[in-house]
Amino acid sequence: MGRYLIKRLLMIFPMLIGISLITFVVIHLAPGEPVEMQVSMSPKISAATREKLREYYGLNKPLHVQYGIWVSHLARLDFGRSFGSDHRPVTEKIAERIPVTLSLNVIALILEFCLAIPIGILAATHRDTLVDRSISVFVFLGFAVPTFWLALLCMYLFGVKLNWLPISGLHSMGSDKLPFFGWLWDLAKHLILPVGIATFGSLAGLSRYMRSSMLEVLSQDYITTARAKGVKERLVIYKHALKNAMLPVITLLGFSLPGLIGGSVIFETIFAIPGMGQLFYQGVMARDYPLVMGILIIGAFLTLLGNLLADLSYAFADPRIRHGRE
Amino acid sequence: MRSSTPFMQFWMRFKENRFSVAGLAVIAVLFLISFAAPLLTQYRPETINAWHVLLPPSSAHWFGTDELGRDVLTRIIYGARVSLKVGFVAVGISVAIGVVVGLLSGFYGGWTDSILMRLVDIMLCFPTFFLILAVIAMLEPSINYIMMIIGLTSWTGVARLVRAEVLSLKSRDFVLAARVLGASDARIIFRHILPNALSPVLVSATLGVAGAILTESALSFLGIGVQPPTPSWGNILTSGKDYIEFAWWLSLYPGLAILVTVLSYNLVGEGIRDALDPRRR
Repeated sequence: MGRYLIKRLLMIFPMLIGISLITFVVIHLAPGEPVEMQVSMSPKISAATREKLREYYGLNKPLHVQYGIWVSHLARLDFGRSFGSDHRPVTEKIAERIPVTLSLNVIALILEFCLAIPIGILAATHRDTLVDRSISVFVFLGFAVPTFWLALLCMYLFGVKLNWLPISGLHSMGSDKLPFFGWLWDLAKHLILPVGIATFGSLAGLSRYMRSSMLEVLSQDYITTARAKGVKERLVIYKHALKNAMLPVITLLGFSLPGLIGGSVIFETIFAIPGMGQLFYQGVMARDYPLVMGILIIGAFLTLLGNLLADLSYAFADPRIRHGRE
Repeated sequence: MRSSTPFMQFWMRFKENRFSVAGLAVIAVLFLISFAAPLLTQYRPETINAWHVLLPPSSAHWFGTDELGRDVLTRIIYGARVSLKVGFVAVGISVAIGVVVGLLSGFYGGWTDSILMRLVDIMLCFPTFFLILAVIAMLEPSINYIMMIIGLTSWTGVARLVRAEVLSLKSRDFVLAARVLGASDARIIFRHILPNALSPVLVSATLGVAGAILTESALSFLGIGVQPPTPSWGNILTSGKDYIEFAWWLSLYPGLAILVTVLSYNLVGEGIRDALDPRRR
């Protein structure tokens, strides 16, 4: 176990280098520079000023030098300053937004697992019955429905038609003057739609996965043995089968992170939530290189961390790995 | 029985699943619609009509009109062209890259394998949608770039699949026999291994088309995909969002088109998987 842990932890470094390299290449291969963007907005800027701007941003140096400078700053957790009009450090801008996106995604993730696992078990234990079939229909619809469209429909239904829920932002005007519980209730109402839709978006895949994992386990000999011994079906499912069926599902937890973070662009733009996705979208539109690269790196790093945690918890849960059979 | 050719055997099994056959039929209809678009509607997708702005569905405009008085049904019909093109080209690119990477990685092993698979691991760390968004917005948004970038960011799954297949195939007797007979690497890879590794790729490609269509619609919805006035299901939904309080039809129908299309590809993919899976024969 210790050896495995060290091996996995050491892998982070080459991965981080790879992540930084891809981020840098992706952003710099694209034609068009932030300077061009600023110049096109105020065409009076002369060629000399333009050169000065490029020098200021370090864009006149060869690419590998730019990469070197950038990485050496990264190593000190310095992501540079935003090209935007406020020129604030990128780390500061991201730090304000991360809690929003992360907590939204964590709530969605928890809900998703709480729903998907029972649904998957239900489908597996009622295989080929009406229950299983209806769940299948739901799963296929869940795979196919564009989440941003679902968000639009829910906005229309619950926000415009029924006027039950707010459809943008996280707080109502003047909610900061409310007492704590009133404030909390206001926040919760704003969260219902985005969190609900984010949960629904990934529910289908996970419950399908849980179903097949459960079926796989239920077909094994030790389950047949348990049943033959006369163990009650409930016990067979929840005591004997569930633990093993959950194992592969744990790894999915890590893998679902990039999807969730990526999806936040759409949710946060639709529902006007001030999170990382919205910041990224704005950064991309303004060609704010340091900001875009910073968010890409942090997104990838969070995923790397998520995968690592998933792998480790898998290893911890599986005695074959825990007791180091190498 | 005449069902002796592999394709006939495949078809016999495929058509057992009614949903998959229905999905295939829908896809066929979509192809027809996008080729015959001008014959199906009396309107042009780009013609602006200031007198018919935001009309609800009626017998003249089945799906209503948009904020510029354009017929929504017509725009959805022409939008089918975009989604078909994006789906197939993007998946073509991703399958080509994925197959090459998977073959090299699985066949040669060692350093080649380590480097390529670490690359896959690193690619999988990026929230794909962020990566696509970053590149597209730095370039001029256009349908060609979208297809390329979706292709370039979605090959990792295929690469892993092909690699796994190659690993299990390369020590089989028929491959060893070919090697003993003096076949070159290229001949072994393309003649003996690749054809046997393709069936999971076919399934993943079909599902990939669905994914590419969803991604394109999301990008167009955000305004960095297919640019107006060219209609795409995603960019019609952008107007749907802007006019959600007045015109539900602008949001409902294009979304349904995406839903039905993506559902059909997924059902066909599922059908192909079941038909090819040796355990279910």
